[in-house]
Amino acid sequence: MGAIYILWLREVKRYLRSRAQIIASLGQPLLYLVVLGFGLGSTFEKAGGGSYVQFISPGIIGMAVLFTSIFSGIALLWDRQFGFLKETLVAPVPRLQIMAGRTLGGATVAMIQGTLVVLISLIAGLRPVSWTGIPLAIGFMAAIAIVFAALGTALGASLQDMQGFQLVMNFLVLPIFFLSGALFPMNNLPTALKIVTRFDPLAYGVDGLRAALIGGGYFGIAFDAAALAIAAVVLLCLGAWRFSKIEI
Amino acid sequence: MIQVKNLTKQFGDVSAVNDISFEVKAGEVFAFLGPNGAGKTTTIKILTTLLRPTKGKLRIDGLDPITQQNEVRKKFGIVFQDQSLDQDLTALENMQIHGALYHVPRKLLKERSESLLKLFELWERKDSLVKTFSGGMRRRLEIARGFLHSPKILFLDEPTLGLDPQSRNQMWNQVKNINQTEQVTVFLTTHYMDEADRVAQRIAIIDHGKIVATGSSQDLKEQTKTDSLEGAFLAFTGTTIRDETANAADQLKQVAKLWRR
Repeated sequence: MGAIYILWLREVKRYLRSRAQIIASLGQPLLYLVVLGFGLGSTFEKAGGGSYVQFISPGIIGMAVLFTSIFSGIALLWDRQFGFLKETLVAPVPRLQIMAGRTLGGATVAMIQGTLVVLISLIAGLRPVSWTGIPLAIGFMAAIAIVFAALGTALGASLQDMQGFQLVMNFLVLPIFFLSGALFPMNNLPTALKIVTRFDPLAYGVDGLRAALIGGGYFGIAFDAAALAIAAVVLLCLGAWRFSKIEI
Repeated sequence: MIQVKNLTKQFGDVSAVNDISFEVKAGEVFAFLGPNGAGKTTTIKILTTLLRPTKGKLRIDGLDPITQQNEVRKKFGIVFQDQSLDQDLTALENMQIHGALYHVPRKLLKERSESLLKLFELWERKDSLVKTFSGGMRRRLEIARGFLHSPKILFLDEPTLGLDPQSRNQMWNQVKNINQTEQVTVFLTTHYMDEADRVAQRIAIIDHGKIVATGSSQDLKEQTKTDSLEGAFLAFTGTTIRDETANAADQLKQVAKLWRR
């Protein structure tokens, strides 16, 4: 257990020390919230969707958690290049524990980042329907964080160098975000798009966050939670398997 | 303590290590010498469970590093050739992580971290981030960390690369010290023949993935009728510089690795 804790602590410490990075990484969500939120706000309202800032806030929170958690997993690549990975791989600790420590650390960091975006959203105009939804929203943030930290670990363990990183960014991370319904409502989508969104774990995360924070929701909270749980189990297994295969 | 039989490691078509066999006895200081790209680091990586061999039989303290990885990892400590510190953490935090990974009891961890950091003159900088350290300081920290827990076998892969004579001296004294007082078996590689001559009881010379000679420093000098280990080394391995071919092999290894995925 000591190993899991120390590797978790490492991730959190590294995050808290990179103040400039924290601030920089809040820029993107802020941009989405303010520019899209207010830019498309009047059109969205005219179409009968209500406040757009209110609508996209859960999506942007989900985005912040997605990016932070998946990149914390891919940071495995840096550890491989800067050598620290070797130090952990020769230690007498089962690889599963090493992976668990890293993944939990990455998920924790993503949750802190998500919480900061919640605060920004509140300032930008998010008005939760009830304060009791907040703990539920935190639960969904945690689920998103774990799912994508595990996916990031699986990717980080499989990629050999930085060239693959761009590929992952453009063909995986961004599609996961755009297909999640973070920016648009899920009802009345064309069939093809509808089918694709069903395979995006973030869709259930964003939907859950939306249900918890502003009410409504498309799939239903119980279904969202179940879908995320299944995704978490599958991706954790995938991550553990890829991690156990790392050779340096 | 270490037995290697017919070990082969291929990266694609390139054999980094080609059918080598050797044995290291318990309590021995064993030097593994060879030009760049000869297969030293690959051998160490296989012995320390970081790479799986293509062929061959291995035993570390009676255990198989392929099937009993975790048990084997409990037996050894290692100082890597290249950097393996977390640069965004402090020197002391790097020691603490190592302590936790190797289950060093908290009190002992505190004492040993302090004495080792003092020994390698890093104590004043213990709370500085490693990225602010010079190359030599990082090297010293890696070595200090390697001595933190007491393993049965210590692997040192070119540990003194880039160290000043004072730190080198300090480090080899420490190696001799733990070898004598705790009977730690030491497996080392180095390009400094004087170091091998000074600390190693037995030496193996590897070239092009093959072991070309084994014996004490005295044996090797007698076999080649030379008066220094350096002379003997050159007699066994020739005087051509290997960097070019080694780099090409490295690149090939990289490409092979990419395509295998």
